[in-house]
Amino acid sequence: MSNSSDVIVVGAGVIGAACAYYAACSGLSVTVVDRGPVAAGTTGAGEGNLLVSDKEPGPELELALLSATLWRELAQELPARIEYEAKGGLVVASDATGMAELRKFAETQAGAGVTAEEIPPGRLHDLEPHLAPGLGGGFHYPQDAQVQPALATAHLLRASGARVRTGEEVTAVLTGPHGKVRGVRTAAGDLHAPYVVNAAGTWGGEVAWLAGAHLPVLPRRGFVLVTEPLPRLVRHKVYASDYVSGVASGSAALQTSVVVEGTPAGPVLIGGSRERVGFDRTLSVEALRRLAAQATMLFPVLAGVRAMRTYAGFRPYLPDHLPAIGTDPRVPGLLHACGHEGAGIGLAPATGLVVARLLTGDQPPLDVGPFRPGRFAPAA
Amino acid sequence: MPTSPSEPYDLAVIGAGPAGLAGAVTAGELGLSVALLDAAGTTGGQYFRHPAPGLGAARPQALHHDWAAFAALRRRLGASGVTHLAHHHVWTVQRQDDGPWTAHALTGAEGDTPVRVRARAILLAAGAYERQLPFPGWTLPGVVGAGGAQAMLKSGLVLPGQRVVVAGSGPLLLAVASSLATAGAHVPAVIEASGYLGYAHRPLTLVANPHKLLEAAVHGTALLRHRIPLRTRSAVTEVHGTDRVEAVTVSRLDRDWRPLPGTGRRIACDALAVGHGLLPRTELATGLGCATRRAPDGTHALALGDLQETSVPGLWAAGETGGIGGWQLACAEGELAGIAVAARLRGLPALTGSRRVRDLARRRDRMRAFADTMAAAHAPGPGWTGWLTDATDVCRCEEVTVGGIREAVTGLGARDTRTVKLLTRAGMGWCQGRMCGTAVACLAAAGTEQGTVPPSAERRPLAVPVPLGALADQPAENDRTS
Amino acid sequence: MARTPADLVEAEPDPPFEITFDGRTVTALPGQSVAAALWGAGILAWRTTRHGGRPRGAFCGIGQCYDCLATVNGEPNRRACLVPARPGDAITTQEGHGHADLAV
Repeated sequence: MSNSSDVIVVGAGVIGAACAYYAACSGLSVTVVDRGPVAAGTTGAGEGNLLVSDKEPGPELELALLSATLWRELAQELPARIEYEAKGGLVVASDATGMAELRKFAETQAGAGVTAEEIPPGRLHDLEPHLAPGLGGGFHYPQDAQVQPALATAHLLRASGARVRTGEEVTAVLTGPHGKVRGVRTAAGDLHAPYVVNAAGTWGGEVAWLAGAHLPVLPRRGFVLVTEPLPRLVRHKVYASDYVSGVASGSAALQTSVVVEGTPAGPVLIGGSRERVGFDRTLSVEALRRLAAQATMLFPVLAGVRAMRTYAGFRPYLPDHLPAIGTDPRVPGLLHACGHEGAGIGLAPATGLVVARLLTGDQPPLDVGPFRPGRFAPAA
Repeated sequence: MPTSPSEPYDLAVIGAGPAGLAGAVTAGELGLSVALLDAAGTTGGQYFRHPAPGLGAARPQALHHDWAAFAALRRRLGASGVTHLAHHHVWTVQRQDDGPWTAHALTGAEGDTPVRVRARAILLAAGAYERQLPFPGWTLPGVVGAGGAQAMLKSGLVLPGQRVVVAGSGPLLLAVASSLATAGAHVPAVIEASGYLGYAHRPLTLVANPHKLLEAAVHGTALLRHRIPLRTRSAVTEVHGTDRVEAVTVSRLDRDWRPLPGTGRRIACDALAVGHGLLPRTELATGLGCATRRAPDGTHALALGDLQETSVPGLWAAGETGGIGGWQLACAEGELAGIAVAARLRGLPALTGSRRVRDLARRRDRMRAFADTMAAAHAPGPGWTGWLTDATDVCRCEEVTVGGIREAVTGLGARDTRTVKLLTRAGMGWCQGRMCGTAVACLAAAGTEQGTVPPSAERRPLAVPVPLGALADQPAENDRTS
Repeated sequence: MARTPADLVEAEPDPPFEITFDGRTVTALPGQSVAAALWGAGILAWRTTRHGGRPRGAFCGIGQCYDCLATVNGEPNRRACLVPARPGDAITTQEGHGHADLAV
């Protein structure tokens, strides 16, 4: 196997896979390297949310809207087993006050290209028959979708034709004259390429550090509860209106605002807890209790349904809650594509396309200024 | 017993088999307040499983060689003041900072009432379950776990059929065949995949463990009395029947458990009892970050200190959770742990310096050494996958086939159980990979250069499924009362 | 040699009672699990799988494999090897996830 390629992507999660896919589509030869297996980090612990509904107008929403389009295309090209479902989202409010806030939020999104339809209380049960009675109404977002993240990642990687080297940890980023990147070192040997893409997700700060760069990526823990297999019982991605404020929150304490969704395989997924506790995987009964309480409040029928398992993932976030996508300001040849927090699955294709355009010297498909990795330059 | 509901017990013991009983009784007799939790309605665990009182069994000992030892433990339990919490399914154990532990359990007739039991120390004695390897037809009704057949017989006084082939690997098969035959089943053969030669490499260990020789002799005699042939280096490589077992094909194996073509021989039967040894139940501990060790049979057991403490202070373990070794080892470890917990909680380190503790530790070490020898002799050989077809179900819950797993390995780059699970759903069903985990690890390793990838220690944060309503009904975190 | 397990342990059970399996009467003994009572009547399968519709019954016998899931008195997904049989219990073959009534 040759050890040289046009670009090395560090990280075999969904972001790395998307970078590899679009780089390969642009004619570049790609090597993907990861210390673990495919989708072993945050990707494998995600629910596969492709959401535009929870994003306020701004650069992240632009990225999400482009991604939504790209995911629709990918769903045509990749096997059906990636379980892409254009199921739409339903955001519900508990009362009229919450409904007014949702309405205001949807109006601001409309200008940015997000479609949302107001659902009065009387029509909620046409969309979701098992929803609790007495809710204040909701908004239906037809652009929201879902994908099985690990399968999507594995099939993106396969379709990319990239050389995938799993189980090989990058121990150094190799540089040449003027500090220009020329590859990476792993326990299995040196890999050479003029460009290295840091798609290491929650561990992106460590990879940046190996290259002498600075990227303050931190983990935010989220639990997901998985139920026993069920028939289609929840049709959309359903969440309560306070999910939006939870996502945008800067608080370290445990927050839960539940997202409930069915899967083609049968189980219902319940997610939406967030806490900053480092890389601690210990089960938090309190997080599970709140997720279960909120899920059964939205869908009382779930009270008699069993949770079979739960898992924790570490969502990578940056101080301003925007991802870092683009060239490193100090290390020539190094690009970053990480820090997508809980939205990495959704934002992956657009991120991959941006990275591919930057690698080939073409114009990115949107304004990447807000995602500049250099915005976190350490104080001198 | 704690004087008020909000006051924690000194010790909560999880599992009322030999290890848990010995630990609870010992700690109780040393003056600790002890809660003994178990999912079953009666004490005894799997080894001393026995009919419920309603079945009126006058001689339960007819199914047990060591009933007297259990009867003695049960008597001591009755006199010890230990609180036996039957029908308690523990789903997780947690500790808030340096405060007491909380065992979260489900109880009640429907098993959906949440309860919390708080204690200053935990002794995990959760036992084991059977290791299974798939083969064509193993999902047909009438194919049952060897331990499962034994358990159903001991507690319910029933048999899965009239002609029951016993197959797999490990000393349990001899015991199961004896029990089934003694209870009236016809056992056409015991099919053992290994050669029993592994024992011969460690004669000193054998001599140091005469009770094991005795056990083997007892079962050997029973096989002779019932004229049951024992076929070594053989395996059931196919089960025949449409909706239930009608016959099995038994093939000869080479040293690596690879089936030898052309050696298949059909045996008519209406049930098959199969198992390949036991797997320690460690999930309540691994969820807390307890260190594990890889036993010679490839299983993951808890790594324990000299006095049975896990790598997490305040959490002890005894019996099969620390490695498969049988009921006598479990009793010794339980007693050691009970003494160690009392020494720690009462601030009496001298308790652990006694002659009794030295004797127990010596016996434990000797029995562990023997268990390791036996485990190595019966560890599955790498050639067992040779009896699979692409259509064979591996994951019984999600109906994932060998072909599906091989595709994830060769086509999508899966190299370990977790990735196979994410890409195929093998291990994502009701049993959470308990039945297919060993097989999936072997199949995933087939794609690697080194040929084997050690399966990782089990991580199942929910040890049993929990109704969302029960989860939602947990008292909020700052509420300290149960 | 004992001819039945009950002979072996010299069992003198409390009076037997009746349960039903798919409408058919099955005799159970006090203290038996649902699975044991069904085995006693020669019944080895009481659910069908979600995908292949294949028959399944008790496998591990100790509550770990969940293959013995049964619908007991209308309640799906009970582990038959753990649930004690009670007089009048109606056991029905469980199809797949057992929650068809919840589908929307």
